[in-house]
Amino acid sequence: MKGTLATRGLLTAALVLLAVLAAGCGSTKESGATGGTTTTTSCSKGDLNLVSSGTLTIGTDNPAFPPWFGGTAKKPWQVSDPRSGQGYESAVAYAVAKQLGFSKDEVTWKHVPFNTSFAPGTKDFDFDINQISFSPARARVVDFSDSYYDVNQAVVVNKGTPIASATSVSALKPYELGAQLGTTSYQFIKDEIKPSKQPSVFPSNAGAVQALKNKQIDGLVVDLPTAFYVTAVQVPNSKVLGQFPTQPGGEHFGMVFQKGNSLVTCVNKALSTLRSDGTLKQLQQQWLAKATGAPTLK
Amino acid sequence: MASEGDRRSDPEVAERRSRLLGGLRLEGEGARGVAIALISTAVFLVAIVVAVTQSAGWPEVRRTFFDWGDISGSFPDIARAFVLNVKIFLVCEVFILVLALVIAVLRSLQGPVFFPLRALAIIYSDLARGIPTILVIALLGFGAPALQLTGVPRSRVFWAGVGLVLVYSGYVAEVYRAGIESVHPSQEAAARSLGLSRFQALRRVILPQAIRRVIPPLLNDFIGLQKDTALVGTLGVIEAFNQSQIDTNATFTYGSYLAAAALFVALTIPLARLTDWLIARDRKRRQAAGGFA
Repeated sequence: MKGTLATRGLLTAALVLLAVLAAGCGSTKESGATGGTTTTTSCSKGDLNLVSSGTLTIGTDNPAFPPWFGGTAKKPWQVSDPRSGQGYESAVAYAVAKQLGFSKDEVTWKHVPFNTSFAPGTKDFDFDINQISFSPARARVVDFSDSYYDVNQAVVVNKGTPIASATSVSALKPYELGAQLGTTSYQFIKDEIKPSKQPSVFPSNAGAVQALKNKQIDGLVVDLPTAFYVTAVQVPNSKVLGQFPTQPGGEHFGMVFQKGNSLVTCVNKALSTLRSDGTLKQLQQQWLAKATGAPTLK
Repeated sequence: MASEGDRRSDPEVAERRSRLLGGLRLEGEGARGVAIALISTAVFLVAIVVAVTQSAGWPEVRRTFFDWGDISGSFPDIARAFVLNVKIFLVCEVFILVLALVIAVLRSLQGPVFFPLRALAIIYSDLARGIPTILVIALLGFGAPALQLTGVPRSRVFWAGVGLVLVYSGYVAEVYRAGIESVHPSQEAAARSLGLSRFQALRRVILPQAIRRVIPPLLNDFIGLQKDTALVGTLGVIEAFNQSQIDTNATFTYGSYLAAAALFVALTIPLARLTDWLIARDRKRRQAAGGFA
């Protein structure tokens, strides 16, 4: 008697619970349907789909490294200051902002670690500009702007080490190479260089640079402008051994947006203007000029 | 009054055994119990599934976390990288068992002469357990090779292994010490009175009893070590977790994390079950022997 009562009580509780959940899910769906119906094609400032209206919120990682960012570090930013307008990515971001109708004061920078830039959920930035390479797989999860920089990979080595005399991609095979997590450099090492030793992938620029300094790796594969910064500032007595031939289809950096954000159309429009009027080229010469003089590894 | 406390009725023992097995056993509760357990489990699971799949973010989460192509596609690379985790675990374990025992013995030495050794052992345990493992690994992995001393290895796997051994020896030494202190002092007194030296008493009488008692907590620490091998990846070494991060960063999806988690679980669950089984067996033996073992 007691047993059946207990079982019945439990069943009733279960049914009530299910009913409540079913009711709950119904309402979630309704509210979800009314949410994302607005689509704007107008790129006038008032119509833009922004995180906080009247302000363009731009994300990038901290520390912000040259030559992508310049100026003197001011807290909370380290190494460089994205708010300075100096450095290639900062300059491009402000140029885009200007095209969209924002003054310099109406641009806010937000610290967005690379990992966070593609994490699921609502993004708290309008776009993220952080040397992020476009790939079709990534573009299934986030939206990318068109290219603001076509990038080549390069390898940095310590002067006077055996690898420093290599002149071809195949001559790099016997060495221990490293890359930074989140870059396409690791994929490049694996697919193009195919080294005989297991490559390393470091979670941060600091770790990768330290390993190169310690000679724990023979060569560090990074994008070419970063390679010049590594040799100039981060690893004394190192050199850019060379850049790799451009891959079929090329590799480019794009700004990252929440999937389906209509803002991407307007930013692309701005980028296309900046490309055709020569601004992008001029900014590249201003900030990335050094990044052109490396020999190409055959 | 007193006899009531001493006698243990059968249901009480059964209940205790059931609790020891993590409540997974339903014996003695009959068909009714089984039915209730089944229904409540089903309701519980359904409730969770419904709550998760009806959440606003579920479509995005399903796409980024539960894409079968992602999970199975990243699995072979991660499984290959996981071999390194297993190697690190197996090698470190041996060194931890030895080093920790030395520290525990040093710490349990009595008499004023041994004060410096005891103090050293205490400081070591405090530091090893006090510094986050990830910091120890980063400091050793990048710091020690930076000294550029000849003869000092540069290998990051080596230094990460040293870091894990140092940290875990701190914990395991405490486990050993608890075992040593649980052996009644009369055991040593008896051994000494039979003519055994202090060292012989420790080696032949105290440690065998102490170590047997602490096998379950030791295994518990091993489970922790298995998981912490993932920290080696912070040095850039490609082990299972780092490989899964590489895949995540390439596709911006998280299926590879699930693949890595599955591998770790496949390694740790058998050990966890073994630990439970050993505890249960030990308990049974002690009960059979009348409370002593």
